[in-house]
Amino acid sequence: MVSPNTPETPGGAAAPSAAPRSIHDVVIRLAGNSQDGIQSIGGFLARLAGRTDQDVMTYMTIPSTISGGPSIFQVRMGTGDILSAGDRADMLVAFYQHSYDAHIGSLRPGGVLLYDSDHVKPVEGDHRFTQVSVPITSGTVEAVGGAGKDKGKNIYILGLIARIFDLDVTKLATLIKERFGGKSEDVVRNAMLAFDAGFAWPQNNLRDLFYRFEAVDGVVSSGRPQITLDGNSAIAYGLLAAGVRHGAGYPITPWSSIMEILRTELPKYGGIFVQCEDEIASISTALGFSYTGQLAITGSSGPGLSLKMEALGWATMAEMPLIVVNVQRGGPSTGMPTNVEQSDLLQAIYGSHGDAPRVVLSPKNVEDCFYTAMEACRIAREYSTPVIILTDQAVSTRIEAFDEPDLPSIMVKPGADLSPRPADFKPYPVNALTRHAPPGSVVGSGKYPTVTGLEHDELGHPTGSSKLHTQMTAKRRDKIKQLAATLPAPELSGDSGGEALLVTWGSNWGPGREAIARVRKVGIKAGHLHLRHINPFPPGLAATFARYHKVIVAEINDEGLYGYGQLAMMLRAAYANPAIESITKTDGLTFKVSEIVSGISKHVESQALDASLGVSRRSPLAVQP
Amino acid sequence: MSTALATPPPAPGAPLTKKILTADHPTWCPGCGDFAVLASFYRVLEKLQYPHEKIVTFAGIGCSSRFPYFVNTHGGHYIHGRALPFAAGISLGNEDLHVFVFGGDGDGFSIGGNHLVHTARKNVNLTYVIMDNSVYGLTKKQTSPTSPIGFKTKTDPTGAIDQPINPMRTLLNTGATFVARSHATQVNHMVEMMTRAAKHQGFSVVEILSECVEFYAGAFDSSIPRKGGTWTLIQEKKNDGTPEDAARHDVTDEVAAFKLAGQAWPGSFGVFYESNARKTKNVLEAELVAKARERTKNATDLQLLQSTFSKMR
Ligand SMILES: Cc1ncc(C[n+]2csc(CCOP(=O)(O)OP(=O)(O)O)c2C)c(N)n1
Ligand code: SF4
Ligand SMILES: [Mg+2]
Repeated sequence: MVSPNTPETPGGAAAPSAAPRSIHDVVIRLAGNSQDGIQSIGGFLARLAGRTDQDVMTYMTIPSTISGGPSIFQVRMGTGDILSAGDRADMLVAFYQHSYDAHIGSLRPGGVLLYDSDHVKPVEGDHRFTQVSVPITSGTVEAVGGAGKDKGKNIYILGLIARIFDLDVTKLATLIKERFGGKSEDVVRNAMLAFDAGFAWPQNNLRDLFYRFEAVDGVVSSGRPQITLDGNSAIAYGLLAAGVRHGAGYPITPWSSIMEILRTELPKYGGIFVQCEDEIASISTALGFSYTGQLAITGSSGPGLSLKMEALGWATMAEMPLIVVNVQRGGPSTGMPTNVEQSDLLQAIYGSHGDAPRVVLSPKNVEDCFYTAMEACRIAREYSTPVIILTDQAVSTRIEAFDEPDLPSIMVKPGADLSPRPADFKPYPVNALTRHAPPGSVVGSGKYPTVTGLEHDELGHPTGSSKLHTQMTAKRRDKIKQLAATLPAPELSGDSGGEALLVTWGSNWGPGREAIARVRKVGIKAGHLHLRHINPFPPGLAATFARYHKVIVAEINDEGLYGYGQLAMMLRAAYANPAIESITKTDGLTFKVSEIVSGISKHVESQALDASLGVSRRSPLAVQP
Repeated sequence: MSTALATPPPAPGAPLTKKILTADHPTWCPGCGDFAVLASFYRVLEKLQYPHEKIVTFAGIGCSSRFPYFVNTHGGHYIHGRALPFAAGISLGNEDLHVFVFGGDGDGFSIGGNHLVHTARKNVNLTYVIMDNSVYGLTKKQTSPTSPIGFKTKTDPTGAIDQPINPMRTLLNTGATFVARSHATQVNHMVEMMTRAAKHQGFSVVEILSECVEFYAGAFDSSIPRKGGTWTLIQEKKNDGTPEDAARHDVTDEVAAFKLAGQAWPGSFGVFYESNARKTKNVLEAELVAKARERTKNATDLQLLQSTFSKMR
């Protein structure tokens, strides 16, 4: 095997030929098979970042086959805010030939290829990259001893990465011990052996590939501990914090992990999560819980949300509070179940039959998943309405570190209000928000209410009156408008007016922020507006849009028959603003920053911007910059 | 019911009477079998005297499913075929409630067929009454899953050709822990069956043949003595050691129940199957909670979530 840096004799104690170079951030892509545990490397790095001054963002693809298969995990770590998982990799760790073949194209010029010399033969003399041959498999086997075979390759690589990027080894060791602590001592020992072997791999072989993240200054720490978790977990725990103790669901990727967490956690809190026979039964059981006065949650991914639609119509008509999580994936039908897409927006807002207004919220990152879940519960209770949390595959599996929520100040007490209702209690007042009287509560009039999907009068009696249908339809619409009026202005960064306003929703927040930073760097006045409230929209959008020449909406869905993505279409319909343009894509992957920048360049005339697009940026890891 | 507020409320704790339990006037056709089911249900509630506010009357969609509007209890009118999973949420959401679900043959055996199986297998504590008229009443005479072969409907103008289900066999197959059959012309029998069903711990179901005079008049004449039919009651074992007792039906014997279900039309009426051998889902879930609470040493919600977060640091 010929490699630019042939390993020297192990044990060579020579010092690195250069002092560690300072870098702002690095994107590491680990490519292997799903059983290699490469996700856990990402997990460790993310948790390490949570305990240091670095920030981290991860990105993962999971194979849709069960028995393993190619899998990647991409982690970007660095100083200050890391907003996206990075367009291209600075370092590729290739465990197999197929990993190398499939992902070498993602490596930036000047980047570093670490490959397992036991499995991979890279193209000889490829001087675009620094190739480093590492006997990952045999090195691990040697370190751990034959019994473990090559299990532990991931930890070996973690050790090597720790060495290259000068990571805090003491903290990493603590994390490894915590992670495997529950298992036998052997497991912890083997993990540490693998880690140490990777870390101590002869330094000379790495030449001067030693880096250190820039010192963090100006980054104000909240002083709160950081927690590290994925988006689906953040939703589940957000619901728990919001006092949700009841739920029902049916498994589907990528929603399942939420129901798995809730099924495990809820009994500890005295709650219950029911696995139902299908999605229709799930939403029905959840509505049954809500009817008893306990706000409940159900959820699914695309096809399952479609199955819930009839019941969602009932929930709007009967004004029953309910939380529905939809983790979007590639569609329609089974589509691309382990890829990301934002193509359920219109289904979330308008799916179901009749005029059925409801609330749709979309979290922007993992931390926001937690707070969006809490906000959804508050809205559902206050407005007695179904609320859909529209998240997506990318944020559902991504691991991020963020400030631990201040639980004592935000935890919501669960429980049903079974207090007696006065004699003049009306289940469906025309001029006031509905407040259900759950079964178990005495109604002073002695007349008990029927919650109903038929059009009804204020007492819940069925009616065929045109006047009442008009009044009640307006009531159900106006309460959502009433909510709209209370919503905060959406987050706007960059210039408050100018050439272009980029609008994003859901997990496009990070790449959107970075894209606008890049666009502004070449002198264009531009802003970035991110929408968390998808239905209803927050007030003031029309005025904000008017301050820019172009309003460009970036979303991961198809441009459809009329040339606009789903949010763009909604915004054009709502504000009739011809400046609204659309950037869409349907490759099942998250937005790269460069894709958004190039999308903007199509709508904004700027030679500087066009020129910047042509520049192929070298990796900061490059040996000769 | 515009008169609702005009009637003075009953004194708190006053016994439940038909008068108190009466709500909207039924919208059913005169002569519809469902009237008798409603009248029997009032009597059941009069007998059981549950606290008024703890009774829930729930239904899907169909003529029969209008039931909740006619009973003055907490209740709801849901979507077609899905009342059972909703009612499961009610039952599991509040242990104190007495949950009754009413519906038709189409609602229960067709669109809701799968929910019937799963609610029954989970043994959720509630009572389900199927008012079987062997036709789709509300939508005006289409074939139902219990319509006999040859019955002419708007969707089978030359007569139904698909094999109907056998309701009793279907119900026994679901794993329901209480299965009974009754007839809308037999008020006392309906009261007895529904009362026993209500008292049963677990998923109890009573199928009641209830004639649709509008679209399937005479459907059940063969089991109405005054119309020349035969009314055969199931004789339940008394365990009195008498020789006749050997021939009586053991309600805990599933095989015997299936045998009864296989009888030629019009078959027998009464309790086919009743067993308390299986725990209800309500109990099983409560046990999960108790075990989890024990493991976590009754930690508060805040402590639980805080400790989860601590592990994520
Ligand atoms: C999703 C849906 N499909 C169809 C209908 C129309 N529909 C209402 S009731 C009914 C059948 C009712 O038959 P059954 O359940 O036997 O009740 P019955 O009227 O005979 O008492 C149908 C098909 C509906 N309401 N919803
Ligand atoms: S149509 Fe038939 S089932 Fe419906 S109310 Fe009339 S008689 Fe009863
Ligand atoms: Mg019917």
